[in-house]
Amino acid sequence: MDLMEYQGKQYFARYGIPVSAGGIADSVDEAIEQAERIGYPVVVKAQVMIGGRGKAGGIKLAQNADEVRFHAGNILGMDIRGHVVRRLWIERAAQIAKSTTRFHANGEPKAEEFYASFALDRSAKKYLGMLSVEGGVEIESVPDELIAKIHVNPIFGLSEADCRAWIAAANLPQAAREGALSVLMALYRCYTEGDCELAEINPLILTTDGRVLALDAKVTLDDAAHDRHPEWADFEAATVAAGDSREALAKEKGLQYVGLEGNVGIIANGAGLAMSTVDIVKQVGGAPANFLDIGGGASAEVMVNALTVINTDPNVRAIFINIFGGITRCDEVARGIIEAIKRITLNAPIVARIDGTNAAEGRAILQANESEKLIMLPDMLSAARKAVEIAGK
Amino acid sequence: MAIFVNENTKVVVQGLTGKQGQFYGLRNRAYGTKVVAGTNPKKAGTDVEGIPIFATVAEAVRETGANAAFVIVPAMAAAASILEAAEGGIPFIVCVTEHIPTHDQARVYNRLKHDYPHVRLLGPNCAGILAPGKCNIGFTPTEVAMPGSVGIVSRSGTLAYQALYELTQSGIGQSTCVGIGGDPVPGTSFIDALEAFQADPETEAIVMIGEIGGSAEEEAAEYIKDHVTKPVIAYIAGMEAPPGKRMGHAGAIISRGKGTAKGKTEALKAAGALVAMNPTEIGGLVKQALGR
Repeated sequence: MDLMEYQGKQYFARYGIPVSAGGIADSVDEAIEQAERIGYPVVVKAQVMIGGRGKAGGIKLAQNADEVRFHAGNILGMDIRGHVVRRLWIERAAQIAKSTTRFHANGEPKAEEFYASFALDRSAKKYLGMLSVEGGVEIESVPDELIAKIHVNPIFGLSEADCRAWIAAANLPQAAREGALSVLMALYRCYTEGDCELAEINPLILTTDGRVLALDAKVTLDDAAHDRHPEWADFEAATVAAGDSREALAKEKGLQYVGLEGNVGIIANGAGLAMSTVDIVKQVGGAPANFLDIGGGASAEVMVNALTVINTDPNVRAIFINIFGGITRCDEVARGIIEAIKRITLNAPIVARIDGTNAAEGRAILQANESEKLIMLPDMLSAARKAVEIAGK
Repeated sequence: MAIFVNENTKVVVQGLTGKQGQFYGLRNRAYGTKVVAGTNPKKAGTDVEGIPIFATVAEAVRETGANAAFVIVPAMAAAASILEAAEGGIPFIVCVTEHIPTHDQARVYNRLKHDYPHVRLLGPNCAGILAPGKCNIGFTPTEVAMPGSVGIVSRSGTLAYQALYELTQSGIGQSTCVGIGGDPVPGTSFIDALEAFQADPETEAIVMIGEIGGSAEEEAAEYIKDHVTKPVIAYIAGMEAPPGKRMGHAGAIISRGKGTAKGKTEALKAAGALVAMNPTEIGGLVKQALGR
């Protein structure tokens, strides 16, 4: 689960990472209320799950209540690359120190904005910490020689001595080093004990009064660790409210679902086969409406749930069911599909392809029940073509 | 020969007394696998259809000579179960459990590497391992397999089953089908399986099924180029997966532009592998590679 900035900052604060004082606002009045409480100047920040908020005009400085009213009014409801702003984070504006050693091309000193993150290095199978003096921009655009990297073995953890050496390697200014040490040790704790997949601060800043704090927060939580983090409940509620309603329904029904933009609904068993099904629909010139993995078995119950989710998508014009029958044999799968069709009123016809154990028996059952709502084809390619053809009509 | 297991492999099932554990443990035994023990500290001294239950893996090893563990326990208990198996003296551990937190996986992986360097972990979140006619540990449907000379290694379960089925339909048998799992920190990598298949005199060709996320396929491609002389037939799922979205498996995600199916496919082609465009092409390409 990706957190929005304000949630990330709330999570950081739990682990002692310093952030600016702030509060959330869902209306202009609330924004002014928060600003009055915090004290001016404040920054009005759009809370959406996408980068490039500043460039889009979703982050503005405000000196007084009138300016907060103006900016909050503009930003609420704004569409930032497909994400509509429904919530703001109002925070005390920070005074960022100027570098004495790093300059822009025009001779102006650069702001003391750094980058820090922890994530898993899947190749090394260790944690990778990245630290750079060049923060405030996308880390992908920073030259590799300006990023200090550290691999941390999860069973030994990050020692203070290693962390100091890492900070020195990154060439952080002396004035920021002690502050950075405490932030990075806390960030490591947040990343590991907090079960993050990604814990990123960009920018991490040095203020004119010598404090080091997180000016932004990008946190991805590991959904698998949900059971040991009751404190995630608030984040989950807010994220579900802000997200894709189809994905929320699928999650509720225990299905692995990813919403896409097309008109061919997809149901398959197993993540790999479901991905393949999305691929093949695209390969034959169609547009998949979703990825949906119903898991290894394929009972009538699961099929009903899957079709219910697909049915809520108004774009779907054809449904491609692609099942490999293993231990759950194809004849059982076929009976499940027919049972499911009886229990639910479909908005689009089904093209089914089943293969695997007892394929012939399964196909015979489907064939005996063929109608304009249910078409059976024996192989993946022809079934994909048929589904795409129906969706295009 | 098969890789990692054989007809003498003796399996202790951690979780045999649970519903899933019992179903698959007994299924594996019915296939002919030597399932010699189960564990559950609360049910020690009882049995599941004649399979004795012990309090710990160490005890099961002492009493039965078990040399493989099948971990099928809830996600929050899985890390401890894997370490218990290693500590109990098991050299080969298969963990099918899904949704183990990533940090638990990373800790277990590094703990095994550090304290038990000779232990092989397969999984987590994998389908298991099937050596047709010899041994089956995990979920793989044996109905679609037959003994023979093609090795399969796959992150996805269902795509491996599809490959088994296609090969069997074409009269081509399999030496071993290895599921390495769909999680971010797999205990056994593509390279480990490729190395074992290359060394296995019974295996003539290798099917490798990958998917988006991470760089294991690219690393495997490098390995194939330098070390694998047997034909490799590859397929990568997720060509059309949107970036930043997790496609069912915890490890199947394109993050920051890395781990795309296109990059993996190109790397494998450059390494000389025959790459299928969809999973049902795998059978035909294997035939072509074997000249049948």
